[in-house]
Amino acid sequence: MSANTPTVSKTAEALPPPTERYSVVRWLHKNLFSTWYNALLTIVMLALAALLVRGVLEWALAQARWEVITANLRLFMVGQYPVMALWRIWACVALLAFLIGMSWGIWGRMQRGGAIAFGALPFILAIITSDESSRLALIITGVAGVIGYALSWRWGAALQRVSIIGWILYFPILFVLVNGFGAEESVLPTVPTNLWGGLLLTLLLTVVGIAFSFPLGVLLALGRQSKLPVVSWLCVAYIELIRGVPFISVLFMAQLMLPLFLPGVTIDRVVRAMAGVVIFSAAYLAENVRGGLQSIPRGQYEAARALGLSSWKMTLLIILPQALRAVIPILVGQFIALFKDTSLVVIVGLLDLMGIARTVLAQPDFLGLQAEVYTFVAFVYGVFCYLMSAFSQRLEATLHAGR
Amino acid sequence: MEATPRPTSPLRLSRAFWRDERFIQIAVQVLFLALVLWIGSVALRNMFTSLRQQGLALGFDFLNSGAGFDISDALIAYSSSDTFARALQVGLLNTILVSLLGIVLSTILGIVVGVARLSSNWLVNRMAWVFVEIMRNVPLLVLLVFIYTAFFLKLPRARQAVSVGPVYLSNRGVAIPWGEPTDTWSLYVSVFAGALIAGVLVGFAMRWWQERSGRPRPLVWPSLLTIAIIAAVGWIALPQSPLTLSYPEIAGFNFQGGRVLSPEFMALLIGLVIYTAGFIGEVVRAGIQAVPKGQVEAARALGLTPSRTLRLVVFPQALRLIIPPITNQYLNLTKNSTLAVAIGYPDLFAISGTIINQTGRAVEMIAVVMAVYLILSLLTSLIMNWYNRRVRLVER
Repeated sequence: MSANTPTVSKTAEALPPPTERYSVVRWLHKNLFSTWYNALLTIVMLALAALLVRGVLEWALAQARWEVITANLRLFMVGQYPVMALWRIWACVALLAFLIGMSWGIWGRMQRGGAIAFGALPFILAIITSDESSRLALIITGVAGVIGYALSWRWGAALQRVSIIGWILYFPILFVLVNGFGAEESVLPTVPTNLWGGLLLTLLLTVVGIAFSFPLGVLLALGRQSKLPVVSWLCVAYIELIRGVPFISVLFMAQLMLPLFLPGVTIDRVVRAMAGVVIFSAAYLAENVRGGLQSIPRGQYEAARALGLSSWKMTLLIILPQALRAVIPILVGQFIALFKDTSLVVIVGLLDLMGIARTVLAQPDFLGLQAEVYTFVAFVYGVFCYLMSAFSQRLEATLHAGR
Repeated sequence: MEATPRPTSPLRLSRAFWRDERFIQIAVQVLFLALVLWIGSVALRNMFTSLRQQGLALGFDFLNSGAGFDISDALIAYSSSDTFARALQVGLLNTILVSLLGIVLSTILGIVVGVARLSSNWLVNRMAWVFVEIMRNVPLLVLLVFIYTAFFLKLPRARQAVSVGPVYLSNRGVAIPWGEPTDTWSLYVSVFAGALIAGVLVGFAMRWWQERSGRPRPLVWPSLLTIAIIAAVGWIALPQSPLTLSYPEIAGFNFQGGRVLSPEFMALLIGLVIYTAGFIGEVVRAGIQAVPKGQVEAARALGLTPSRTLRLVVFPQALRLIIPPITNQYLNLTKNSTLAVAIGYPDLFAISGTIINQTGRAVEMIAVVMAVYLILSLLTSLIMNWYNRRVRLVER
């Protein structure tokens, strides 16, 4: 594309307007004290902000008993996952660091500052932590990330395919490692799901929710757009029914009614909760994908037809890639909502991050520390949501740059 | 999914029927329907068998038996000897109360936040941004439980209640002054209804005058003034004032007089309102920002004042973009009110949970809950769609 455009257009492009330069006083005047009511507002808000910040800082630094968090950190992270099998979680984390490092080196070369900060994080945590085994694990994680980054820096383009395959393989590997198989004395003894907990369970629910509800949502969206009336009615009925009821009722239904529907099989609680998450999230994803499908101009369908593509090929090769690309930010937003919604599984009795918070608060040593515990939980959720939305904004910017 | 152009008749005759597009379409639909029905029937049959094994038959007769549990917040008279059906009514009313109050309050707060996000005042702008980011990145459940356990339950006992003017804050809840109806209350209600009708009539009259004279006339203020005057005159003229304000007082371990809003209710309402306001704030900001700058400049060039520009030019156009996403937020708020179960406020969902625990009637109660929320969602969408049709762009 750029080879065809004449070079003149580049030089003729308008220069960006000169940026205004302010002294501190000018900036204050323009942004805070431009009119009398603005000045009043600023002073009132400043007083309010000062009060808030002072109160929060005083509480967080002097009054809060953060030892409830440090003493229970393992519980918050993995629940009652057996200590003997913790290396499996760490292996997943290290593999994840390797993949992130590799992908960052391939697609995110511009954001070097972020890469350094991200790469330094495990090492900083390793210095802070007091536990010898986690220090070792954190250092391994950090090294894995750095190796991944270095590899892709050297052979970036060649490793693109490897890293995509790596991401696809990562999720089955994650499950094999976390769940394990075989008897007690084998290398990877099975860890029953009632021992999964904390952040681990929250993330697993999210990952499973995304991995299964996404294809289901795409199918539902295609079904809804279908010309076949029976298919589209049934899809519409499913989507509207699920979107009209609260998530918690779907979770309850999965918890109480799935065993009734499938009497022979015993489905364990975690799997039932995962089913609830997938059933619910698929309906919302379907609506988001439908938005993307509707944004595809008719000409694309006609052109695909003219090229002699079958319905399946047209959908898979022409329509879906464009439709999904158009709604990536919305999809990520939906995934963030899903991640936040997984906290509701505590109501059906699972020990996710929120559930662990409740059990920690029941410990006799730490009674009445709700503020500390829930602040920590909110912070963990906040960090993950923020990372996801920052990633989505980057992705959006990159995709727009390609246009 | 475009249908391929059908070949002309001689060709079609020579083609085998199973390759005919129309046949394939029908066959696919029949197969799909058969598959769905098969799965559904197997699931239902299994359900009936397992219910029979548990000795339960489907039916709603149990709703007429005695509930046997107490409900802390009830808008209608309720005691533990009432039926399950009555308990469900209490829950439904609580859900509706929280949803309606939540919708009104979160809209007000959301608009404030949205406008603050657009403020030229840097500090206001940043503070609104921090608020929105916190609300969008923290799960509602965490927020609710935090407000309930770390704030309302940490308040002092009723004896040492914190007083803010006539309002008392304690771990029993928030005690506020409340009007007690007297003998003349029912009479006053009809006076007030008359005031409302008169106000609407004045509004119509002003509009008629505006259209006849072709000059802008005040439309809202005269009708509000009419209502206020008639309402005030009625209040004073009646021999006994229709409401007496009763102030809460600390008496022993509890409050006397006024009205005590339970900590569960307050935590749920505040949590829902600030959470939803974060999202509505973003909707409002996006809607206002989407109005082209040229519209504002043109309005200013025509000599409209900034406030009129906002009211007559920016806001009507922004409203069109704001209504659909804000409807979604209202629906979310109604559905999110089910999280009351986590902090023990007896909304519809929490009460049906209790009923499931007591009777084991999971299938019926889940069906009831889902049906009620579907109807509530549908009603909200209908009202908002009607409003949306009124404000949307009328194109030729």
